[in-house]
Amino acid sequence: MAYAAERLPGEEKKGLGGRLSRFLSKGPLHVLLIGLALFWLTPSFGLLITSFRTAADNSESGWWTVFTEPRQLTLEPYKKILANDGLITAIFNTIKITLPASVLVVLIAALAAYAFSWMEFKGREWFFLFVVTLIVVPLQMALIPVARIFGIVNIFGTVTAAIVFHIAFGLPFAIFLLRNFFIGLPHELLEAARIDGASEWQIFARIVLPLGMPAIASLLIFQFLWTWNDLLVGLVFAGENPPITVFIQQQLRQFGANLEVIAPGAFLSMILPLIVFFAFQRYFVQGLLAGSVK
Amino acid sequence: MAATAAEVRTNVGTKTKVKVKPPPGGARKWVAVAFLIPALVLLGAIVIYPTVDTIVQSFQNDDRTATVGLQNYETVVKRDSTLAAIKNNAIWVLTAPAIITGLGLIFAILTERVRYSTAIKIIVFMPMAISFLATGVIWRVMYDDSTELGFINAGIRGATNMVGAGAGPYPTAEALPDAPLQKAEGGAVVTKDAFEAGDVAHLGLVGLTEADLPEEAVQAAEPQAGQGLGVVVWRDFTPGGGEPGVVDQGELGMPGATVEVLNADGQVVTSTTTGADGSAVIEDLEGGGPFKTRLAASNFDQGFTGIEWLGSALVTPAIIGAFSWMWAGFAVVVIGAGLAALPRDVLEAARVDGANEWQTFRHVTLPLLAPVLGVVFVTLIINVLKLFDIVFVMAPGSVQDEANVIALDMYKTSFTAFRYGLGSAIAVLLFLLVIPVMIMNIRRFRREG
Repeated sequence: MAYAAERLPGEEKKGLGGRLSRFLSKGPLHVLLIGLALFWLTPSFGLLITSFRTAADNSESGWWTVFTEPRQLTLEPYKKILANDGLITAIFNTIKITLPASVLVVLIAALAAYAFSWMEFKGREWFFLFVVTLIVVPLQMALIPVARIFGIVNIFGTVTAAIVFHIAFGLPFAIFLLRNFFIGLPHELLEAARIDGASEWQIFARIVLPLGMPAIASLLIFQFLWTWNDLLVGLVFAGENPPITVFIQQQLRQFGANLEVIAPGAFLSMILPLIVFFAFQRYFVQGLLAGSVK
Repeated sequence: MAATAAEVRTNVGTKTKVKVKPPPGGARKWVAVAFLIPALVLLGAIVIYPTVDTIVQSFQNDDRTATVGLQNYETVVKRDSTLAAIKNNAIWVLTAPAIITGLGLIFAILTERVRYSTAIKIIVFMPMAISFLATGVIWRVMYDDSTELGFINAGIRGATNMVGAGAGPYPTAEALPDAPLQKAEGGAVVTKDAFEAGDVAHLGLVGLTEADLPEEAVQAAEPQAGQGLGVVVWRDFTPGGGEPGVVDQGELGMPGATVEVLNADGQVVTSTTTGADGSAVIEDLEGGGPFKTRLAASNFDQGFTGIEWLGSALVTPAIIGAFSWMWAGFAVVVIGAGLAALPRDVLEAARVDGANEWQTFRHVTLPLLAPVLGVVFVTLIINVLKLFDIVFVMAPGSVQDEANVIALDMYKTSFTAFRYGLGSAIAVLLFLLVIPVMIMNIRRFRREG
């Protein structure tokens, strides 16, 4: 009570003076939070600056010395790596893996989710539950046998191998997410379509997919980031066609000596995920929270 | 990132309460099969069959020519690398989820009180969009063990200098082996000879470049001792010439060096600091000679020379730090949303009843928030158990064994040592560790779904 009584008059103060005094009374909090934000930005910022300095500068002084000697900043490292065929190929490999893997997961999962939510067959609930339990199966459980299978069908080491593996291991979560969204769609709409004689495919393509867009978009973003940022699957299955993460990992053995490739390479690999993050940040967070705050 | 979402969602389940009955006779069975078939084929071939096959192979030898019973599992619990991995995974599970959930709770509560909370949350959340590989590279730069190149070590060095615990003026300087000087305890340098008033003690040092000397340093000069005791501390080195122990032309004095005068009992009588030409005269000598002069250890103090963050001793805590940087944002966002969804009237009621800020937090906010904290915590446990990339990337080759975790051990055993039987057993071990979480998820899902 005493607390509320103290606080209320302060909050009722209007105008610049009131606002200023309120801001100042929270001074330590602001300092703490802004310090925290700067602290969180520093590591990424450090890599960004490092990627714009020459190998010689990076082996002699810390990246923060650019504040006193801004002349250290140069585009040279980027010019060099953009002339590096291995790295360019690796970026294309990442794109070649990520795009089909993301789109196909969503498509295949949407079909299955539609069946699980709007079609009747025996053991549907148990079947769905089984698929959901697959979400936590560590992909380590499949690496060795799948490597063998890919060897037999002669795709081991290719981009296709990575795509197929990403799709399969993305499916349980994707089906789970989409089914839970589809089942909440207004069933009057679907029933009406059925009565009007629409086929299941037509209902799926013309009603469920468009209405399911929020969940599909959110899933697409997660799947994109997951596949783009993957290291392990690329390492095991796409060794001869390494995606960017694997390419950079191969340079790590001599970290200091290769920093001129590693720093700009790592930064290039971050650009697209960061763009996606900032562009869809609202969906991203909403998607993450959908379950937890209802 | 998707893994996050996957686990959050499964942990949380959905709260769709609508019971939907598909209209009878709407779908023929074969249509349902057609919709399900692509997913089922992929799940069967790439997830389910391989999982069973891995379990089978964990009881076989590496080339699958013989069944070996539990032998692979016996090897797993005996060999050093897997034991180190299990130990490290235990450290990870016991620390990282608690640290990150705690950080998330504190940050979420603090940011809730300011208008720019969204901006702070985005900044803290951003690292979640990038790969473990990029995080690893970023933090290897941060953790560099040199105080010149590593931001963290440079920061600590700056802080120690500020509190006066920094390096002495001449950390690299030393006496020539045949000079009339000897090392004393603590790194000090003391003259072998004894001096009386009127003498000049020569303290010539090497091991410095001109750049190591302060700018005010000038040509070294012998002081006029008079009634006192003279000392000269200088860089006793002339390229291609000069006589050791003698102040030659072109040799610079070492200003700012602390020289102590010791009496016959070895006790410090007095001390002084050298001038720009490296010389000083000590006038008020008590008790009479003979005296020895000593360059105090503080002149040679190395100060903070950097912590080897990614060395064998600290590598796991260092990687936990980087991981926390990456995942704190996840905890902040989820817990922040949980806070925003708390019923305001309950909090108000607590305040009206006279509860102070801490009591409200402890007895109202925290219990109401417990389910959300649980979701964050469990999600982190699963992710920490499956941890692979960040350790693989951040631990330098020489300390990867010390930083080992189960998923990394599985990868190396299977794909660099090609021990498929053993690798399968390690994979099964990992699977067994996540099964309790899986059971929890099914229960929750069935309760809510």
